[in-house]
Amino acid sequence: MSWFQSDSQADRIVPPSGFTANLTTFAAAAMAFLAVFALALSFATGRLADRWSAELARSSTVRISAPEGQIAAQTQAALNVLNTTPGVASATVLGPEEQRALLAPWFGPDLPIDTLPLPQLIDVIEDGDGFDVDGLRLRLSAEAPGAVLDDHTRWRRPLIKAASRLRMLGFFSILLIGLTTAAMITLAANAALAANAQVIRVLRLVGAQDLYIARAFIRRFAQRAGVGALAGVVLAMIGVALLPEASTAGGFLTGLGFQGFEWIWPLFIPILAAGVAYWATRYAALRTLRGLT
Amino acid sequence: MIELQNVAYSYGGGELLSDMTLTLAAGSFYFLTGPSGAGKSTFLKLCYMELIASAGSVSVFGQDVRDLDRDGVALNRRRIGVVHQDCQFLEHLPIAENISLPLSAAGRAGDAQNLDELMAWVGLRDKAHRLPAELSGGERQRAALARALIMSPDVVLADEPTGNVDWEMSQRLLTLLIELNRMGKTIVIATHDLNLIRMAKNQVNARVLRIADRRLQLAGAGL
Ligand SMILES: Nc1ncnc2c1ncn2[C@@H]1O[C@H](COP(=O)(O)OP(=O)(O)OP(=O)(O)O)[C@@H](O)[C@H]1O
Ligand SMILES: [Mg+2]
Repeated sequence: MSWFQSDSQADRIVPPSGFTANLTTFAAAAMAFLAVFALALSFATGRLADRWSAELARSSTVRISAPEGQIAAQTQAALNVLNTTPGVASATVLGPEEQRALLAPWFGPDLPIDTLPLPQLIDVIEDGDGFDVDGLRLRLSAEAPGAVLDDHTRWRRPLIKAASRLRMLGFFSILLIGLTTAAMITLAANAALAANAQVIRVLRLVGAQDLYIARAFIRRFAQRAGVGALAGVVLAMIGVALLPEASTAGGFLTGLGFQGFEWIWPLFIPILAAGVAYWATRYAALRTLRGLT
Repeated sequence: MIELQNVAYSYGGGELLSDMTLTLAAGSFYFLTGPSGAGKSTFLKLCYMELIASAGSVSVFGQDVRDLDRDGVALNRRRIGVVHQDCQFLEHLPIAENISLPLSAAGRAGDAQNLDELMAWVGLRDKAHRLPAELSGGERQRAALARALIMSPDVVLADEPTGNVDWEMSQRLLTLLIELNRMGKTIVIATHDLNLIRMAKNQVNARVLRIADRRLQLAGAGL
């Protein structure tokens, strides 16, 4: 008695019920539609969090502002401190050309850098574990009073955290959507079972076991949920595809959508919906049938 | 096949059936008679496990009914063909599919070779695609009999299978049951129709049970 054996009669032992069938399909479609957007949100915020943390590149900057004569000495002192700090992979003094390149966007390429009292910059790259920011600050202030550690993470961390939270909320929404779908299908299945008490009675009298009876309901609901979800996913994917292009400025909202292989993921939603319907109906049916004697 | 030991049954009020002991041996042929309301249908329901005895024990194919779970009951029912007095069908399926329903339920949907022959025998071949509601009372009874026989069960319990059909059709249905009995099946027919009983007695060794005053009696040869 294989579950996949095609016995078309076994599928038809439950009378068709147009209205509730359409409701189930519609609800599955709506839920799948929402799930696609939650998924898009998760991916977009995930991308954002990844990009921001990658951009930090585990790098920070030490800026040395000191009277003209002390810059070289303090730079050397700061370098000594940095090179003996655990967690610092490298510390590189930026040359005039590099500093000019950094400032060019703001002041133009012809900046007479030598005549300006610009601070000296040291580019610090962390290794895997990172360094103790507060400890480094203390040591720097002792050895090179003009050195200021500029830690990008200070203001970026909360953003990354927010983005990660948003991604989690997205996944949590998908979970909720799944559970809601399960609850809805359970209710619909219970209604269908109650409406078909007479059918169940006849089936029992001819020697049908619970699983055979349940299967007719299960197949039907799984099919409706799958078909409905597919429609919802297709509509939502069209909706997402029609969102404005993500601009290079990387605004968050314009980045909402799927990229590359991410487009595959929504296609799992109908399968998931059918699976959820399968288990919800199976649970509801076997439970109800156990109660009917 | 089916064994009752001091069985009693009550629907909640007083006892309807009391202290019934009977063994339905393989290959036996019984008629069950008694006044309307005496409990014939109730007796048959005890035999096919739709009702559980309030006292005493019923065992079917060697298994005590009280020890069977729902799936066990279902498996045993596949070996018992039942014609209900109020023939119950799946009203949304054509009559042919209703008749082959037990096969589908048993996962043997492919074994429907007998379907045509059986439908022809009960005279429903050209009504195969009708819905149950589109059949007459007698046609429904014949369909119910066909459904009871489709699994070639070891035991056939028929509750007034000829209640609504003419004498000629009654004879035809009885002949079918007698044929099955000759093949070794156990047959129990609840009926008021004395002519049917007489006719059967000419052909097989049929015994007549009578329910009266809550008891089961083996009726004398006087019929
Ligand atoms: N579900 C039920 N609940 C309560 N009482 C019932 C139920 N079913 C039957 N009865 C009662 O039990 C008695 C016997 O019913 P049963 O159907 O067994 O009689 P019967 O011998 O088959 O009668 P008939 O010849 O009219 O078919 C009747 O008085 C009936 O009212
Ligand atoms: Mg009766």
